[in-house]
Amino acid sequence: MSSRKYDWIGTLGTIWATAISHLPWRIRLSTTPELLQVRNLKTEFSTDQGAVTAVDEVSFSLAPGETLCLVGESGSGKSVTALSIMGLLADNGRVAGGSIRFEDQDLATLPERRLRAIRGNSIAMIFQEPMTSLNPVLTIGDQLSETMILHLGLTKAQARERVIELLTKVGIPRAAEVVDDYPHRLSGGMRQRAMIAMALSCGPKLIVADEPTTALDVTIQAQILKLIRDLSAETGTAMILITHDLGVVAEMADRVAVMYAGQVVEQADVFTLFDEPKHPYTTALMRSIPHLAGPAGERLTAISGSVPSLAQMPTGCRFHDRCPQAMDRCRDDRPELLQLNGSPDHTVRCWLYDVPVAKVLP
Amino acid sequence: MTAPLLQVRNLKKYYPIRKGVMARTVGQVRAVDDVSFDVYPGETLGIVGESGCGKSTTGRAILRLEAPTAGSVLFEGTDIATLSAGTMRRLRTDLQMVFQDPYSSLNPQIRIGDLLAEPLIAHHRLGRAAAHARAAEIIQVVGLPKLYLNRYPHELSGGQRQRVGIARALMLEPKLIVCDEPVSALDVSIQAQVLNLLKDLQAEFGLTYVFISHGLGAIRYISDRIVVMYLGKVMEVGTTRAIFAGPRHPYTEILLDAYPEANPHLRDRPRIIVEGDVPSPAKPPAGCVFHTRCPSAQAICRTEIPQLTSDDHPVACHFPLSASKTVEAVG
Repeated sequence: MSSRKYDWIGTLGTIWATAISHLPWRIRLSTTPELLQVRNLKTEFSTDQGAVTAVDEVSFSLAPGETLCLVGESGSGKSVTALSIMGLLADNGRVAGGSIRFEDQDLATLPERRLRAIRGNSIAMIFQEPMTSLNPVLTIGDQLSETMILHLGLTKAQARERVIELLTKVGIPRAAEVVDDYPHRLSGGMRQRAMIAMALSCGPKLIVADEPTTALDVTIQAQILKLIRDLSAETGTAMILITHDLGVVAEMADRVAVMYAGQVVEQADVFTLFDEPKHPYTTALMRSIPHLAGPAGERLTAISGSVPSLAQMPTGCRFHDRCPQAMDRCRDDRPELLQLNGSPDHTVRCWLYDVPVAKVLP
Repeated sequence: MTAPLLQVRNLKKYYPIRKGVMARTVGQVRAVDDVSFDVYPGETLGIVGESGCGKSTTGRAILRLEAPTAGSVLFEGTDIATLSAGTMRRLRTDLQMVFQDPYSSLNPQIRIGDLLAEPLIAHHRLGRAAAHARAAEIIQVVGLPKLYLNRYPHELSGGQRQRVGIARALMLEPKLIVCDEPVSALDVSIQAQVLNLLKDLQAEFGLTYVFISHGLGAIRYISDRIVVMYLGKVMEVGTTRAIFAGPRHPYTEILLDAYPEANPHLRDRPRIIVEGDVPSPAKPPAGCVFHTRCPSAQAICRTEIPQLTSDDHPVACHFPLSASKTVEAVG
């Protein structure tokens, strides 16, 4: 009977949970802490022609276990965004503004020494071309155990055991032999598997993958994408996946940020983005790619012109000179990121959706 | 049926592997191994396959940029594999090529106008002035303004450069253009521009294309018929509709399944993801070259090379798939 005395506590809990689940999305965010929060990121490169801004006002966040795809064409700033997060910008590049909060630290202002403790440990990166990111004179085993000895304090023998385990896990046959092979002995697909094993070696919370399958053949790409999907489901690792391929986005993303000329122009969950794209650039991009499913022979709608160069950004909206729906104000006024009515998780940087109450905080 | 413009018959291109100080030949890379197909006037024949399948070598052999090891390439009935250099030179005006990389295929030191006029002058078709006048016409045909004639290749974007590459191939009014991965190096939004341009030019000038690509989307969009290659061999030939609606070779089916479709509702579709890597063309498997990765391989596949059937949807497989399987049309 005494237990009933405290029933009101349980009831209160239920009321509390119900109340929370009915709160607007923005407020609810504060109860599930984001793993990564990029706010107003601005990255500059100093060149002979002066400073050019490669990434401007880029904001997004990532929950634990979530896969965010950054999609865009060359020069859209997607790779620079990744390198800014990793603190791996070239010598002439620097984060000129904004913040990159990872858990409770701002990566943008963290000293290199502290950043190095995070990189390869809590955040790992997978690059496009594994041959250039693996050291050709070290064996696969040496390279993979290096991070584990450094970050996890394993002995050489322990690390070697763990490497063989990891190589097996990423589907490399004869892992016990491959561990002593040099990178050039492996095929492109196998090298990318080894890179994935290396990224996983310290059990990271976040993996940043920059075009991980672009250099691979389509049947090998399918293998690697499946592997990445299975592993991230199993380990619960969050991922930022950078790609130019909308097909890869459709297969992999939970959420998508479409980038154009250094800015995020639209952000939504993957189904909303493909079913109801709002930004004229997103729509045009989707109409310009050929599909395998669906009717053949329909003419593709090309986007006229080409991506602007960083040194000569158009005024106003950066897409206005290629946009079929451009209005007068698009030429002069820079659109802000607007929140769409009715879908709090769908934002778009376009004046077409400028409804007075819908503005999102920067 | 009209006579084929181009007939490729049992084409082989082997590259020797040399070793040691005496450069002794210790083996051969079978880049193209017994390939046959026809190209009809006015059509686009797509050649699709992954890296190392021999599609580019086949394209280069058609233009005799590679001398075939064996087999013949008949253009309007003449075997160009055995022609003298002089006769071949005259024939080259009919056979042109568009390359993958518009950055490395255009001489950076020569203005666009001179680049375009050069083939006309070299083949003694026209004098300098007339050739330049023609260049001014053609550059507009490919959708570039005339003022670009005075620019250098580096001043142009990738898409614009590929337009110049296409314009240059058009200068001699060829009958056949081999396009080797013409859109692979271009941004997504530019690929559609170039694919549409190629289609428009074909309609306008009655061109015949051999379109080589690893991109299934582009291949489906532009091709009338498709040749699927794997490890130097032809796996399957068919109309675009037949190949995509009902592939007969297990490899073709796997290739189509592997394509990441830009539709998130299809992400969990049932499909086969093949294990393993493409074997080396220096040591191709015995029997059917695909048997090492084929889900339906039997004992015979390991020993006997399957021959291409001679029906209207030829396939080189001991156990072809029934053509009734249709791809779901979604979206």
